[in-house]
Amino acid sequence: MNIDIQAEAITPRRHTFSHIARRFGTDKPASRYEEATYDVQPVVNFHYRPTWAPEFELYDAKRTKIVMADWYVFRDPRQFYYASYNISRAAMQQSFDDAVGFVEKRDLIASVASEWRDKVAAYLLPLRHVEWGANMNCQLIADWGYGTQITSASAFCGADRLGLAQVISRIGLVLGNGADEKLAAAKTAWMNAPEWQPLRRLAEDMLVVHDWFELYVAQLVVLDGLVYPLVCESFDKAGAAHNGASISMMTGFLADWFADNSRWTDAVLKAAAAESEENRATLNHWLSHWGKRAAEALTPLADSVLGDLGPAALADAGAHLSGRLGKLDLTLPKELAA
Amino acid sequence: MSRPVSITLQNSQDGIAIADAIMADNSDADRKSFPAMTKIDCPGRLVINSESVSELLGREWDPQEIHMSVISLSGTVDEDDGTFTLFWR
Repeated sequence: MNIDIQAEAITPRRHTFSHIARRFGTDKPASRYEEATYDVQPVVNFHYRPTWAPEFELYDAKRTKIVMADWYVFRDPRQFYYASYNISRAAMQQSFDDAVGFVEKRDLIASVASEWRDKVAAYLLPLRHVEWGANMNCQLIADWGYGTQITSASAFCGADRLGLAQVISRIGLVLGNGADEKLAAAKTAWMNAPEWQPLRRLAEDMLVVHDWFELYVAQLVVLDGLVYPLVCESFDKAGAAHNGASISMMTGFLADWFADNSRWTDAVLKAAAAESEENRATLNHWLSHWGKRAAEALTPLADSVLGDLGPAALADAGAHLSGRLGKLDLTLPKELAA
Repeated sequence: MSRPVSITLQNSQDGIAIADAIMADNSDADRKSFPAMTKIDCPGRLVINSESVSELLGREWDPQEIHMSVISLSGTVDEDDGTFTLFWR
C-alpha cells in the first residue's frame, strides 16, 4: 500500500491582533514588543472618577503638562517586554554576581587602601536610599502615566532600581566583611550627615511631584544623569590612587546599567520634544528647575568626596548630561552645562 | 545568472528579525513564507549584517546566535564579528 504524504500550507486568517493591524495598517506578524505595548492603554468607559482625585478620569492624559497627539511614540529602543527584560536583567545580575564572587574569593577588597574603603562606604552606600526613591518615582510614572509604552518601561525601570539598591547593599556587605554595620552607618549618614541632607531633601521633594512627566525629567533624566557620571566616573577614578580597582569591578555594573537606561530616556525625551514647541519649552523649564536643584544637592557630596576637585567633577557630570540633551535639542541651565 | 544561495529560518522573534534584516540589506533576495519558517533565496551572495539585526532586535546581536534560528542553509559560509555571509566559490 502506498501512503502519499502531502504538505499543505495553511495560511493563517490573521497574523496579529486587530488593534496592532489597525495601527500599522497591515496584517503582518508583529514583534512581541509591539503586541505587548501598542494601544494597550484603556481609554474609554471608566465610569467612576477616582475619589482621591475627582478632577481626573481613572486613566487621564491630563495628569501631565506634556501634550501628545499619540502616546505611542515613546518606543523603547531596547524593546523590553516581560521576556526580553528578564533575559537582559538576568545577564546583568550574573555579571555582577561574577564580579563580586571574584572579589570575595580572592579577598581583593583587603588590598584597597582602608581610607578609600571608608570613603566608598560613605559616598556609595547611602545612594541605595536614593535608588529606593527612584523606584517609588518610577512606579508613580507607571501608575499615573498614559500609554503602555512609557508606563510598562517605567515599571521595568522601577524594578531595576530595587535591584540597584540591592547591588549597592551587597557591595556594602563586602565592604563590611559580611557584617551590616557599614549599611547601618550609611543610613545614619543619609539621615544626619550634613553633606547628604540637600540630596535627601531633593529625593523627598520628588516623591510629592504629581506631574508624572516632570518626575520623569527630574529623576530619570536630571538626577540620574548627574549622579551616575559623578559616582561611576569621577569618584571611581579618584580611587585609582588608592588601589581601588577591585571596588571598580563591583561598581562597573552601575555604569553599564546607566548606559542601557539612557538609551530609553533619550528616546522618550526626543519624542516628547519633537511633538511641539510647547512640549520643548516645558521640558526645558523642568530641566532648568531640577537641574539647579540637583546641582545644589550634589555640590556638598562632590566636595566631601573629592575636596577641591569636587566642583570640576560636578561640571564634568553636567557637561555629560548637557551633551546628551544637546543632541535632542534640549538645554540644561548654563551654570551646569559649563 | 549565478547560482542562488539560500537560508531557511524559524519564524521566531529572532528569526523574523534576521529575515527582515536580510531583505533590507540584499536587494535581490526573494522571501518565501511557509508555516513556521521563512526561506530566503538570493542569487550569488547573501549578507547578514549584525548591525541591522541588532537594530531590529533592540539589543546586541552576535552573528553566532544565528545557529539558534537556522533550519537549513546552502552556500559557503563566511562569518566574522560583524557579518554572516553565504556565497558560492
